[in-house]
Amino acid sequence: MSAALIAEQVLNGLQSGVMLFLMAAGLTLVFGVMGLINLAHGSLYMVGAFVAASVAAATGSFLLALAAALAGAALAGAVVERVVIRRLYDRDHLDQVLATFALILIFSEGTRWIFGSFPLYLDVPPWLSGPVELPGGILYPRYRLALIGAGLAVAAGLGLLIGRTRTGIRIRAGENDREMIAALGIDIARLYTLVFALGAGLAGLAGALVGTIQSVQVGMGEPVLILAFVTIVIGGIGSIRGALAGALLVGLTDTLGGIVLPRALLLVTDPATAAATGAALASMAIYALMAAILVWRPTGLFGARPA
Amino acid sequence: MITERVLTLGALAALGLVALAAHVADEPFTVTLATRAAIFALAAVGLNLALGLGGLVSLGHAVFFGLGGYAMGILAWHAQMYQPMRIGPLEIAGTQSMPAIWLVAVAVSGLAALLIGLLALRTAGVYFIMITLAFGQMFYFFAVSWPAYGGEDGLSIYVRNGFPGLNTLDPIQFFGLCFALLAAATGLVAGLRRAPFGLALNAARQAPERVRAAGIEPQRLRLAAFVVSGAITGLAGALFADLNRFVSPAMFSWQLSGEIMVFVILGGAGRLSGPVLGAAAFVAMEHWLGGIWEYWHILLGLLLLGVVLFARGGIAGLVTGRSHV
Repeated sequence: MSAALIAEQVLNGLQSGVMLFLMAAGLTLVFGVMGLINLAHGSLYMVGAFVAASVAAATGSFLLALAAALAGAALAGAVVERVVIRRLYDRDHLDQVLATFALILIFSEGTRWIFGSFPLYLDVPPWLSGPVELPGGILYPRYRLALIGAGLAVAAGLGLLIGRTRTGIRIRAGENDREMIAALGIDIARLYTLVFALGAGLAGLAGALVGTIQSVQVGMGEPVLILAFVTIVIGGIGSIRGALAGALLVGLTDTLGGIVLPRALLLVTDPATAAATGAALASMAIYALMAAILVWRPTGLFGARPA
Repeated sequence: MITERVLTLGALAALGLVALAAHVADEPFTVTLATRAAIFALAAVGLNLALGLGGLVSLGHAVFFGLGGYAMGILAWHAQMYQPMRIGPLEIAGTQSMPAIWLVAVAVSGLAALLIGLLALRTAGVYFIMITLAFGQMFYFFAVSWPAYGGEDGLSIYVRNGFPGLNTLDPIQFFGLCFALLAAATGLVAGLRRAPFGLALNAARQAPERVRAAGIEPQRLRLAAFVVSGAITGLAGALFADLNRFVSPAMFSWQLSGEIMVFVILGGAGRLSGPVLGAAAFVAMEHWLGGIWEYWHILLGLLLLGVVLFARGGIAGLVTGRSHV
């Protein structure tokens, strides 16, 4: 196993990790502030990808497509929050799971109805295509490097928004005591819509960015949604820092597990068995990681300790 | 007023009569639909024990359904290939006998429920939902990437497995088997609900502190309920595999976990009659609406939203006018 291969896989892990963070951040914010478990978060990821593919096909501009994905998913999120989600804040988690499962059915079949079952494709713009030579002579796709940069920039921006602005103070106050901030004259319903739309917009952006390297199709959101759940369970539900740590851990475990496990098994068994067993085990690695972390800390790495 | 007992017996009788009438009218397809409903109802009986009575919102019950399915698939595959299974020094012959397959399906899914339950029950609430969902994905991806038994393509079994004294290839006889198991499982859950175990489990859902104060450990009750629940759903998985003569990783998919939960909620969570009513309504809709409009899942989604937001007792709640038992 060469150093270049490891470096490349670490970068791939970082790339999928930061994209996972964009998904997990919205989920964990919505859970932290409103106490809502939202299965339909993956649908907003899909909405972002489809909006981006449509806008890119119509205008030919990648940046316009990204902006449209962010805005479109945020708008879809705001509408869904006003119509359905806000009726669920006082309900138990079972009702939330079912209602948002119903939303997935509506979103997925609605998208299939409008766009058909065939996948759409989003092209990498010319100014981001091709490889870059990194120090050490490693060739790495420019677009994936840009994804890492964009993801880290959004993470930093989100950190500033939550930590330094008035809106951020209100969001954090909403996590701690919603009655109190309502009593202080803050329109809590608007704050909730804003938080939900923010999370939706981030999911839509992630959908558009990842849709460029994978295909844009119905059902693309749910595998990512479940990985995002694993991420926030590992990081601790409600914690943005935990979401970032969890996302990077999941991204790195997933990509490195795929190359390390088959090679490790080569030491104990023949090549064919090692490749097959290694691939099967690697696909389970992140869940094993999650189980291990839960045994160690049942509320996640950065989660509140139970009273 | 309609009691729970009358409603449950009525729903079961209606399902049986539909299948019999279809058999007499020589419409084997409708018999197969009724069989599908009975198998889904059996899976939902399993989940309803954990979810309705124990308050354990498991979004990973497809794990047990899939394990039951693969128990059938793997045993029958070895039998049809005349190739014994090798586990270390042991050689185990496959089988095409339903009772043997059912035993293995129940044992394997119960054991999986024990292991998953031991881990997942360390958490509660929303963590529990996400962890059961994640375990479902773990089994799904394992089944996809494990090449020995078909991987992503699944396994086909050419002849339906046999049951002593019956011709299981005859739709109505296979329906009879599934229906008998559904009735037995419903009876078992009805008995459990009245037994001290069920009463304590129900109390542990509503007031765990009081149960603990009475000297009963709620976690052990929940674990036991989860194991029985997983075993029943696993049995349903084995029957479902026999119905289709095919198993694939899709039996582990999260959509299937969601659908099993939909059967329970559509019928009425925690209600004895809920699983049968919900699964029958789902299969009827799947058939009728699916025949009219390709995108019928949109209507299912709207209906489910309506049930969650406005009719919390499901069908059983609407019929009896009470949302809780």
